[in-house]
Order: sequence, then C-alpha cells, then structure tokens
Amino acid sequence: MTRKNSKWDLSPAPEGTGHISLKEHYGVFINGEFQTPDHGNRFQSINPATGEVLAEITESSSQEVEQAVAAARAAYDGEWSKMGGRERGKYLYRLARMVQERSREFAVIESLDGGKPIRESRDVDVPLAAAHLFYYAGWADKLNYAFPNRIPRAIGVAGQVIPWNFPLLMAAWKIAPALATGNTVVLKPAETTSLTALKLAELIQEAGFPPGVVNIVTGHGDVGAAIVNHEDVDKVAFTGSTEVGKLIQKSIAGTNKRCTLELGGKAANIVFDDAAIDQAVEGIVNGIYFNQGHVCCAGSRLFVQESIHDELIEKLKHRMGTLIVGDPLDKNTDVGAINSQQQLSTIEQYIEVGKQEGAEFYQTDCDLPSDGFWCRPTLFTDVAQSNRIAQEEIFGPVLAVQTFRTVAEVIKKANNTPYGLSAGVWTDKGSKIFNMTSQMKAGVVWANTYNLFDPTSPFGGFKESGFGREGGLHGLSAYLDF
Amino acid sequence: MDQPRTPMVFKSPVIDQVGVVERAKRFTSRSIKSEAKMRGLEMVLSMIDLTTLEGMDTEGKVKQLCYKAQHLHDSIEGLPNVAAVCVYPNYVGLAKRSLAGSGIKVASVATAFPSGNSSLEIKLADVSMAVSEGADEIDMVISRGRFHRGDYNFVFDEIAAVKAACGEARLKTILETGELGTLDKVRLASDIAISAGADFIKTSTGKIQPAATMPVTLVMLEAIRDHFQKTGLMVGMKPAGGISKSKLALHYLIMVKETLGDDWLDPKWFRFGASSLANDVLMQIAKQQTGAYQAANYFAID
Repeated sequence: MTRKNSKWDLSPAPEGTGHISLKEHYGVFINGEFQTPDHGNRFQSINPATGEVLAEITESSSQEVEQAVAAARAAYDGEWSKMGGRERGKYLYRLARMVQERSREFAVIESLDGGKPIRESRDVDVPLAAAHLFYYAGWADKLNYAFPNRIPRAIGVAGQVIPWNFPLLMAAWKIAPALATGNTVVLKPAETTSLTALKLAELIQEAGFPPGVVNIVTGHGDVGAAIVNHEDVDKVAFTGSTEVGKLIQKSIAGTNKRCTLELGGKAANIVFDDAAIDQAVEGIVNGIYFNQGHVCCAGSRLFVQESIHDELIEKLKHRMGTLIVGDPLDKNTDVGAINSQQQLSTIEQYIEVGKQEGAEFYQTDCDLPSDGFWCRPTLFTDVAQSNRIAQEEIFGPVLAVQTFRTVAEVIKKANNTPYGLSAGVWTDKGSKIFNMTSQMKAGVVWANTYNLFDPTSPFGGFKESGFGREGGLHGLSAYLDF
Repeated sequence: MDQPRTPMVFKSPVIDQVGVVERAKRFTSRSIKSEAKMRGLEMVLSMIDLTTLEGMDTEGKVKQLCYKAQHLHDSIEGLPNVAAVCVYPNYVGLAKRSLAGSGIKVASVATAFPSGNSSLEIKLADVSMAVSEGADEIDMVISRGRFHRGDYNFVFDEIAAVKAACGEARLKTILETGELGTLDKVRLASDIAISAGADFIKTSTGKIQPAATMPVTLVMLEAIRDHFQKTGLMVGMKPAGGISKSKLALHYLIMVKETLGDDWLDPKWFRFGASSLANDVLMQIAKQQTGAYQAANYFAID
C-alpha cells in the first residue's frame, strides 16, 4: 500500500483478471490427459494476498505417481527417445512461443497464486521461463556439438520436484533441458503454487507433445518423496530446502539414480567503500526484497565496509521507504504477499530471534492490507556472525547487516557458512572484483549487480546449497549420460 | 610556500552507469492513472519554464510567449500557470512587464550562453544586466572547456562569482551534460555547482544533443539528495531539452518523488525546461476531463 497523506499518491493500477481462465478443480496431468482420481482427495490453492480460494488441487496418491512414472517410461521407450533432436526442438520451440503468447495470463495467475508482484511475474518470471524453453530448444539438435568427441545419451525418466518461489520459471528450468536431451518428465509443483504448472500442462497438451513426455502430479511432500523414491525414475532434480535435499540424498543412496539438488542459501552481498553507493543500494534492495526475499540466492547477508556503513544504511532506509508493499496485482507494487501463512510464521519467528539476539531492528512504516500474509521490508544492523539471523536461511524480506574492515576479513566471513549458492560484490575496482570472485565459495558471484539471470549461465551451489548446475551447457549435461 | 597543508577532503562518489540506467528505467514502470495522473499533469504544468532562446527572437515573440504563460488554455478552468518564462537578457525587461502581477517568474540565460566562452567580466556584466532588468532567476552555463581540463577550482570560482552577482535572483547552473561525456563527470560537476552556491542545477542549454535524459537527471538528483542529507539545504533541479511528452514528464516526477521526496514536488525546487511540453500536457488534461483527445490545432502554439 502506498503511504498515505503524501503530496502525490499513486492511484491503484491493478492488472485485470478478466482474461484468465482457471478451473474450479484441477486433476493430475498424466499421459497427455487431465485425470480426476476416484479417491477425491483435494486441497485448496489460495491467493496469499486475500485468502480467497483460487482452485482445488488434487492430492495425488501413490497410484497416480505410479501411473505418471509408467506413462513417462512408456513415452521414453516409445517415440520420444528415438525422435531426432530437431523434432524434439520443434516441440520445445512451440511451447516457448505459446508461453510468450499467453504471458499475460501466466503472469496474472503467478501473482494471484504466489503473491509476487505483477511487475516481477510480468517482467522476470514469465519472460525468463520462455527464454529457458527457447534456449534449450536450440540445443536439442546440437548435442553432439555441445559435447564434442563424446556421445550424449538421454538418461530416461526424470523425477522433478520444484519450489513455490518461482513456480513457472522452475518448471521451465526443469522441463526444458530434460526434454531437449530426450528424457521424459514427472514433475511435482509445490503445493501452494501448482496453478501455473497445471496451465503449462494445458499448453503441453495443446502443443501436441506425445502423451507421457511430461506428466504433472500435484500434492504435498509425500508425493514428491514417492516420485524421488520410485524405482523407475532414473534422474532426480530437486529445488528446495537443504533439509529436504539431505533427505533425498539419503533416500536415493545406493541406487544408481542421477541427482542434482539446488538448495538453500545465505548469500553474502559485499559493498566496498569504493563502490558506486547509490547503485549498490539499489542492488541490495534487488538482492533481498525481490520476490519478498523468497529467493534461494537472495543477498540476505549484507557486508558493508565500516567507513561507509552509516551513509549506506541511511540511503538504504530511504530507498526502502519508497518500496510499495501491497496488492500483488497492482502494477506499482514492489513487494507483494508472503507466499503462505506457514512461511509468514517462519519469518516472524526469525524477526523475534533477531531482536532477542540484540541486533538493531528496522522496518518501513508502510500500511499493510488487512487480509492475507504480509511482511514489511526488514533490516537488522549490528548483526554478528554468530547470530542465527546471519546463519540461517530466513527466506523472507529480512536483511542482516554486518560490517568489515579488510578484504581478507570479509572473504573469511562471507565463506563462513554451510551455504554457497551466490554472492555479490560491489566495487569500482575491476581488480578487486576478480580477487573476490575467485575466492568466494559460491556458485554465482554477481559484480555490481544482483539477481540477474540468463538461461545461458549455469546456476547452482557449493557446499550445502547443492550440486549440479542448471542453465547453460552445464544444465544439459545434468540430463545426459556419456 | 606558506600555504596551509590540508588533506584532500573533496571527492565525488563514483557512479555505475549500468546501475543508473537500470534504476532510471524502473521509474518508467510506475503506472500513473486517473487521479494521480491528473494531479501529476497539473504539477508538470506548474513546473514548466516556457522557453524561447532563438537568435531570431523578437519582442513580438517574447510577448506572445508571456501571454501564453498566463493563458495556457482558457477553455479549461482552474489550470495552474507555468513557473517561469525563460529568455535572453535583452528581453528580460519586456518579459517582466508582460508578466507583471501574474506571479510567473522571469528567468534569463546569461554568462555568454550557450557556450560560456568569454571572460568572467563579460559574464558578470551579462548577469548584472539581466538582474537589473528584473530577472528573478539566472540560468548560467559552466565553462565546460575548463572543466574538461581538470580546472575544477576555476569552474567553482566562476559559479561562486556569478552567484554573488545574482543578488536576490536564484541561480540555475547549467552543466551541459551532453558535453560532459560520463556520469562520473556529471556527478562531479553537480557537486561543484552545488557547493559553489547554485540554487538549481540544470542539465542542458537545449542547444546540444543529448539534452536531459533520465539517467543524467537521476545522477544530479542523487547529488542534491546527498547534499541535503549532509547539510539540510535544498537545491533545485531542472532537466531541460528533450522532454516534450507528458508521459515522460510524469516519469521524471516519479523519479523526483522517489529520489528526493515530496518536498521537491514544487515549482520552487523542480522545473522542466521545455517549450513544447506544455501543449502535450494540456492535451492530456483535456483528454482526462472530456474522455477524448482533441486535435493539436485546438492548442495554441506560442
């Protein structure tokens, strides 16, 4: 919500919802068809900004998982693995174009279902999802060139479990390289955000993919576990929490399943005193308040060189004050709704922890809507490396600020975490950037920018942030045997 | 050498051009609708410096401009006046008389506008002439040649001298950002102008391309903000040249609001140097009121 009583308030500018179509109930997508299981187990998908029920989603049983894996296996053994790369590419190109054509609908549903601002779903999630599909479509008939002097072969059936923070984008990240390399897919979206994956299933059906190439089953964690543990699944790809990632690794130990995991993070965003300070402030904001902080690579630990700390924090607070928190569908909203009640409780607990640990607490004073789940952009200064808010992934709009004096010190502190997904470095000196990037134990290091994604660039973690890479050629090889 | 040894304390912050362009672009994604749009358009009108700075300017032309300034579009009631009329020094007296009682300020370019290539004496005489004719505001140009040579003290001293010659008149300092080359230099020139006493910093003369752009203006607004945070003193901003459409002008206002805050949303602290912007704003206001666009011919082109 805009702050009231200002001289020039922006009027509401909500994106329309008249053009979207949602069913009251979604079945599971198996073998090219939507099926409604007899058991009738369903759960509700709600709009986290209002609490309103958007649709009912099927809680899949082990039987549906069974059918889905069987359909994927049949499709793999059937035409899909034998189809030429160029033909596979055509299907993916078609899907990419259809996502672009329906981008407005996808963006609105993504914001309704997940709470993210329409500005982001429209400008980031949906275009990037299409870009991933296009990018991997292009590789489908060029795999021999991607891996010269090696013979790339598909693996088989890929079981894929994705999170709720970028529902459509994660589906595209998973499906595109799997299909381009000739695998078939059983995918489970997160229970709070199944809708865009199911809409994507509609497009897959419309695009005329052979039945069973992509199967989508919905439900909670046990459905994901059933997919991961199914003996006919050859490859597991998971994006989500480190806790679940560890469970997956345990459960598939001793099998010959291939596995890639993209897990949690607690990224260090490091600002040196020679950085372009206003642009660094912008990067800090993009790093932690983008998507309400529900970002595994969020720049949640800010390290500021001591000599510019006060100035930078003052600027940061000023910038935070201009963030508009509220209706995700309003085109002017910068920070939307927290994805679920459960996540909001987690964030609120961490805010309490931070206060008890003695860190200095700051929140913007914007109004919040009365219904739904909301958290104001939050800042903790005077944080110590030993504080929980500096160690644990909060997955919300909460930034923990520490200071440092020397390069050696900040490298040590930045790497002093079980995570290693991403990092940011802000300095005007090129040499400093190279020094830092070569020493940060993180999969992605951004220099003078943050949270910038491109399908050609591999993404993935060090240490407990997971292994395997998505995006780029690395993303292809995760779905190939040689 | 008896000069006191002092540490070098003045350093302008570095600017990351990519980051500035990205931030500037984000302002343009704000959606300004209905009431906010109407209010914004009225603000834009009230912040315009209607300008004629042609070699072929005549008394007639200046009179017409002054009339237009007071009668933007009489068929719409309740319109604000523009902030000022901006002319060459020799038309200040005429403009002053034509605008008497209207509350509209008279701004005069001076200091060997637009190149600034003359001696300090002549520049100060130029300023004094405009001031004695009654100019409320002086739009000076900085010496870009000296600036590029690194002669920052010269540039500083010159601005300070002009400021002294202005007396009661408010000083707008034109950096001519299109000739400065980088955003780092725009920032440095802004800091020099502000610390030398400029009441306003202004992007351009309008004679050089590129004139005002959102990234350049953002860098200047940030200089103003930093100065305010350090000293509590407000400095005004005037982007000039290249802003001819309402939509763009509204995006500038969003940028001002989010960078400096509501206090700067006032003709005292923010101006548009533009001649064709007014009619586009009027056209948009008419459209907001009647629901239909009117032909350009319904809006007078003085």
